Amino acid sequence: MIPAPFEYDAPATLDEAIALLEKHGDEAKILAGGHSLIPMMKLRFASPEHLIDINNIPGLSYIKEEDGYLKIGAMTRESELEESEIIRSKYPIFTDASKLIADPQVRNMGTIGGNIAHGDAANDHPAVMLALKAEVVATGPGGQRVIPIDEFFYGFYMTALQPNEILTEIRIPSVGAGTGNAYHKLERKVGDYATAGVAAQIAVDADGICTYAGIGLTNVNATPLRAARSEEALVGKKLTEETIAAAAQAASEDCNPSTDLRGSEEYKRSMVRVLVKRMINKATDRI
Amino acid sequence: MKKEITVTINGEAHTVEVEPRLLLVHLIREQLSMTGTHIGCDTSSCGACTILVDGKSIKSCTMLAIQADGKSIITVEGLATVEGLHPLQEGFKENHGLHCGFCTPGMMLRAVELLEKNPNPTEEEIRWGISGNLCRCTGYNNIVKAIQYAGAKIRGEELPSTEPEFV
Repeated sequence: MIPAPFEYDAPATLDEAIALLEKHGDEAKILAGGHSLIPMMKLRFASPEHLIDINNIPGLSYIKEEDGYLKIGAMTRESELEESEIIRSKYPIFTDASKLIADPQVRNMGTIGGNIAHGDAANDHPAVMLALKAEVVATGPGGQRVIPIDEFFYGFYMTALQPNEILTEIRIPSVGAGTGNAYHKLERKVGDYATAGVAAQIAVDADGICTYAGIGLTNVNATPLRAARSEEALVGKKLTEETIAAAAQAASEDCNPSTDLRGSEEYKRSMVRVLVKRMINKATDRI
Repeated sequence: MKKEITVTINGEAHTVEVEPRLLLVHLIREQLSMTGTHIGCDTSSCGACTILVDGKSIKSCTMLAIQADGKSIITVEGLATVEGLHPLQEGFKENHGLHCGFCTPGMMLRAVELLEKNPNPTEEEIRWGISGNLCRCTGYNNIVKAIQYAGAKIRGEELPSTEPEFV
């Protein structure tokens, strides 16, 4: 399978990349890791006239803690997340997620920014971002714009990114003491999209009262979904078995899975319930 | 519009003209006639087209040739040296790590990076490490043994037995 013809540029700076986006508008696509875009181009689901390859732009790949945030450069590869010491010790939710994304070769190419900017509810990082209440930085001709994750995903493959903007950074509020997080997806085999996936971040105070709950769901809605009622069911309460069961039940009711090859709607709701419960427990165990 | 790129493959620089849409695996197989890199699924699932680009294992059916401009590539043709087989090639040979051989180049290139990052992997780490490479013949057991054998050889340790197990 060979993609339809296109023009190709590999700018050396972000400014040049944005100038190219300004010039070509909707006809251009950004090429990051390429492991969602190139397969879509081979299947002719996407036929951009221009590809702007941002792999040669320095300074877009980093993992650092700064100003109360964990900042991740958009071009950071999944394999770099997997191997990062900061991530492994303080944000194990990313290690959980990265390990389950495709396979080692794909993770050598795939980027966290691409995983989010693609706007696919089946991708794994969006649910993690919802659980961590992240922000994404979009860089355009007027400079940078910070977008809260809840305002980022619009619809099927639709995001708040404008045609002349590039997602350049992800910002996660730094976790304090008493916080744990976890992600898991049910997949039929390595490399498959989630039948259902759940990301959870939980914080509790010294009395065992839940002070923060973030729960994001993968591939059970047209967009990545925040399980808002589940979060409300947890905050301000002790995390008893009943409280957690109520939160899990709410998520299974509020998601909108469709019956497909991976299972029936009923089965997926049931898996959401199971996974929400397990991820709350796993996140709590990691505190 | 074609563009000129220079790619170093197994130590030799090749300057070629490519259309932007040309996939890297097609450049290697069709323009440069190195057919050791296989095309299996063509959808980045099977790993038969795995090569090393600047030391990282990638699936060459899902990278554009033009993206490899200035990069250094290793394919299966570059594993053996004048001194003999690469430890992984020896491991696959000694442990019957292949039947039809179609997945083998990709398996070995993937295992090169795996052993570089983790010279003494557990069986589980090997199985996760080759989770992006499909083999429909061996049932994987002998592939795992081949990689363990290569690991021992690279570490300079005593080589594990290559006697087949009957279960």
